Amino acid sequence: MSEDTASEVLDTAARRRWMGILARASASEIAARLRDAPPLPAHTRLRGPETGLVMVRGRQGGDGAPFNLGEMTVTRCAVGVGGAVVGHAYVAGRDAAKAELAAVLDAALQDGSLRPALLGAVVEPLAAAQADRAARTARKAAATRVDFSTLAVMR
Amino acid sequence: MAYVAVKGGERAIGNAHAWLDEARRGDPALPALSVRQIEEQMSLAVDRVMAEGACYDRPLAALAIKQARGDLIEAAFLLRAYRTTLPRFGASTPLDTGAMRVRRRVSATYKDLPGGQVLGPTFDYTHRLLDFALAADEDMPRPPMPEAQADSAVAPRVTGLLAQEGLMAAEPASDAEPGDLTREPLEIPADRPLRLQALARGDEGFLLGLGYSTQRGYGNAHPFVGELRMGEVAVEIAPPELGFAVEIGDIVVTECQMVNQFAGSRNEPPQFTRGYGLVFGQGERKAMAVALVDRALRARELGEEVGAPAQDEEFVLYHCDNVEATGFVEHLKLPHYVDFQSELEKLRAIRAAAATDARREAAE
Repeated sequence: MSEDTASEVLDTAARRRWMGILARASASEIAARLRDAPPLPAHTRLRGPETGLVMVRGRQGGDGAPFNLGEMTVTRCAVGVGGAVVGHAYVAGRDAAKAELAAVLDAALQDGSLRPALLGAVVEPLAAAQADRAARTARKAAATRVDFSTLAVMR
Repeated sequence: MAYVAVKGGERAIGNAHAWLDEARRGDPALPALSVRQIEEQMSLAVDRVMAEGACYDRPLAALAIKQARGDLIEAAFLLRAYRTTLPRFGASTPLDTGAMRVRRRVSATYKDLPGGQVLGPTFDYTHRLLDFALAADEDMPRPPMPEAQADSAVAPRVTGLLAQEGLMAAEPASDAEPGDLTREPLEIPADRPLRLQALARGDEGFLLGLGYSTQRGYGNAHPFVGELRMGEVAVEIAPPELGFAVEIGDIVVTECQMVNQFAGSRNEPPQFTRGYGLVFGQGERKAMAVALVDRALRARELGEEVGAPAQDEEFVLYHCDNVEATGFVEHLKLPHYVDFQSELEKLRAIRAAAATDARREAAE
């Protein structure tokens, strides 16, 4: 693998991650984090924001052939920043302002000079908050795990 | 004359809708329900409307419930109508329910299974006694939620454990493009992916009754709940302009793996087979019913005798959709004046002819 391809793979993994984190955050959560971040670059709308549907698929038996489970709403947006950089967002739900914000952030995060500050001020705190919520749910679920040695002494 | 009738109908319809709106609001001295309150506090109704409306959007489903005065079939209808106004951006990559962040996961076949029995927020083991404390308008102070150390390991599927021993029929690996009954009319025979789509959006009550019938002897079912799980899964799409897959968010789904005996055939040894149910939201009763009916509908494929209603593909798939069923049943109340007039005239003519015959016979 050439050095260029390696860094591209790395960038795709990093980009996938921040896009997933931004998609799970609310517009107000993102806006709150942006107060501590450097200003976002000016952008032009290339497409949207527009709301549509994605057909969610499952697999028969959980691991067999795909089937169409049902649709969900999704909002997408593409923005241009500077010359050649395009930012994309596909986010669940119908929040157009959030999709646009996420697209602008996606574009800005592709700029190596802005990335560290935006990761630190926006993406990582959002990721930490999401991980906290998931961990809390997991701990509540764990509290309802049956301990059969306890059940054995129940009357 | 028809013109006059339409004008009269217009005013009556307008006034009926005004009354509907007043009735929907109820006593104006009471605060109006907010959509957020419905979303949070009627969450299982929201889940059911998303499942039967075949559209995952919690705020929209809550709005539909408010507008429909709590009529959940009407709410599903509203959601289905809304979705037709939106463009389709594409399809997700198939959900990985094995990677679900489980809130509930139980098995009736293995007591000690890796990952454990996780009860989650269940009505099971409640005493079904009305709780009059909830009748008080004020929120009761609640003790903090118990929490316990969570282990990070993903809970393996029970069907996977059986498959390792060769006791569970494997699902053939496939990435075939599934049929979509929202795009093409459903035709019989339908393959299993189409059946699972129809069942996922089917009416919970209808499917529950059918599933129950398989247990009572209408169809040869000996089911076990191999596994029932509910929780969050990530939804991922791969838009062509990106060239890679991105996660657009998480949704809650309920999955049921029903384990059933299979006598074996010339080509296959006796083994277990699966009935599978996957539905939007927290919908355990529905997921179980879907899994029972899915297995019943596999009778022909597995070379079993077909005779019970739940095994009849045409009967099940053409009647499980409550929005379609509502349309055809409720259209009966719309004006059929001309049809009925012709029936009346026919009946009068038959009776008149019969009376003439009777008189003639009496005279002879």
